[in-house]
Amino acid sequence: MFPDLFAIPFLTGLCLAVLLPLLGCYLRLRDEWLAALAYAHVAAGGALLAMLAGLPPPVGGVAAAAAAALAKEPLAARLPASALFPLLLLAGWAVGMLVAANHPLAERVGSALFDGQLYFADAGRLATVAAGTLACLLVLRRLSRPLLLSQLYPDHFRLRGEAPWPVHSGFDLLAALVLALATTTLGVMATFALVFVPPWLAFRRAGDWRRGLRLALLVSVGGYIAAFAMALWFDQPFGPVLAILLILLAGIAACSRS
Amino acid sequence: MNPPVLALDGVVAGWQGPATRPVDLRLAAGGIVGLSGANGAGKSTLLAAIAGRARLFDGRLAVAPGVRIGLQTQEVPPLAGLPLAGRELLALTGAGSAGLPSWLDGCLDRRLDRLSGGQRHYLALWAVLQAPADLLLLDEPTNNLDAAGVVHLGLALRQRAAAGCAILVVSHDAAFLAAACDAVIRLEAPDVP
Repeated sequence: MFPDLFAIPFLTGLCLAVLLPLLGCYLRLRDEWLAALAYAHVAAGGALLAMLAGLPPPVGGVAAAAAAALAKEPLAARLPASALFPLLLLAGWAVGMLVAANHPLAERVGSALFDGQLYFADAGRLATVAAGTLACLLVLRRLSRPLLLSQLYPDHFRLRGEAPWPVHSGFDLLAALVLALATTTLGVMATFALVFVPPWLAFRRAGDWRRGLRLALLVSVGGYIAAFAMALWFDQPFGPVLAILLILLAGIAACSRS
Repeated sequence: MNPPVLALDGVVAGWQGPATRPVDLRLAAGGIVGLSGANGAGKSTLLAAIAGRARLFDGRLAVAPGVRIGLQTQEVPPLAGLPLAGRELLALTGAGSAGLPSWLDGCLDRRLDRLSGGQRHYLALWAVLQAPADLLLLDEPTNNLDAAGVVHLGLALRQRAAAGCAILVVSHDAAFLAAACDAVIRLEAPDVP
């Protein structure tokens, strides 16, 4: 077992390893997997801007991602969906890089945001992430059926008179908040790896939706635990170890018979 | 005679501009009315107007209060690459599986994107056809169906209507409309200005 020093970071990441692949399945359902990278970059840019303004970076990250999510609906009326998330991604990256280039402390914080700072998670962060995870899982469970129905039968969904706000803008907001919380904890790329790879694998292999969710969860939690242990054992940064493990899994799945 | 679930008086529907000639139609609970006509006559546009998607340029369109509408469009649900089983699809719309044809036995627990095109289309159609609704609007439901599928669909429509549902069907298949519907209205293409 790893020392107690790492118990809080481990549990913090474990919560996100449960939540992110489930969120990723619904993003993939909506063909919005790039949202993970876009919101993560926007959150990183917002965190750096907040630091520049003397505010706590996580607050800036969450606020920027939430603003991007709320702007998505009006922007989507003017921009094709295929352009929206790449533009958000570029905007978040450009703001983050400019702040980092012009502020000595921001460079270090920016680097930490992109590389991840899981090992610095404290009890307060664990409590926030655990409570957020529980709340988001409950909301996702509530949104699951309307999200599927509105994606597959949009007219049928509309004619039923179901309220569109919680399903569309509500889900966008939920995704942005989760991704901001994850980015400021795990880092941009580790967050993206957990949102993208397990759902991708599950969508290829699972026989139905429920089994897809379970498979994504299993791959994510298994990959996370293995990566955390290996990163500690070999004294390597967590994010890249996680990404390599998940890529290996994806490669094996791609080469094996479906 | 049952009061109409759907009443159209001189309805002209369209998108940016009018796309149909004036249409009169009465559809009561338990009735099945077919809409036929050449491409461009505005059959799908008329269904879209009834469902609140397209604009009404003239006339009066009335749906009885409290009527639940089900709409099947020609757009195929995006099922490719999605791990969704037939049974899950039916559960989404609240459709039952009783009455499915024998050639779909064993398909309900398989991924929809691993079924044949005809099987997938029929299940996707069934999910709307058997969803709780008082008025069903079906747009070219026989597309991608083989002869057995078309026959089964006709029987399923009859059973649905016998249970009190009003059904409006758009189709190019004149034989299907003649066999399945109580009345068929032929739409003529509007005059091009």
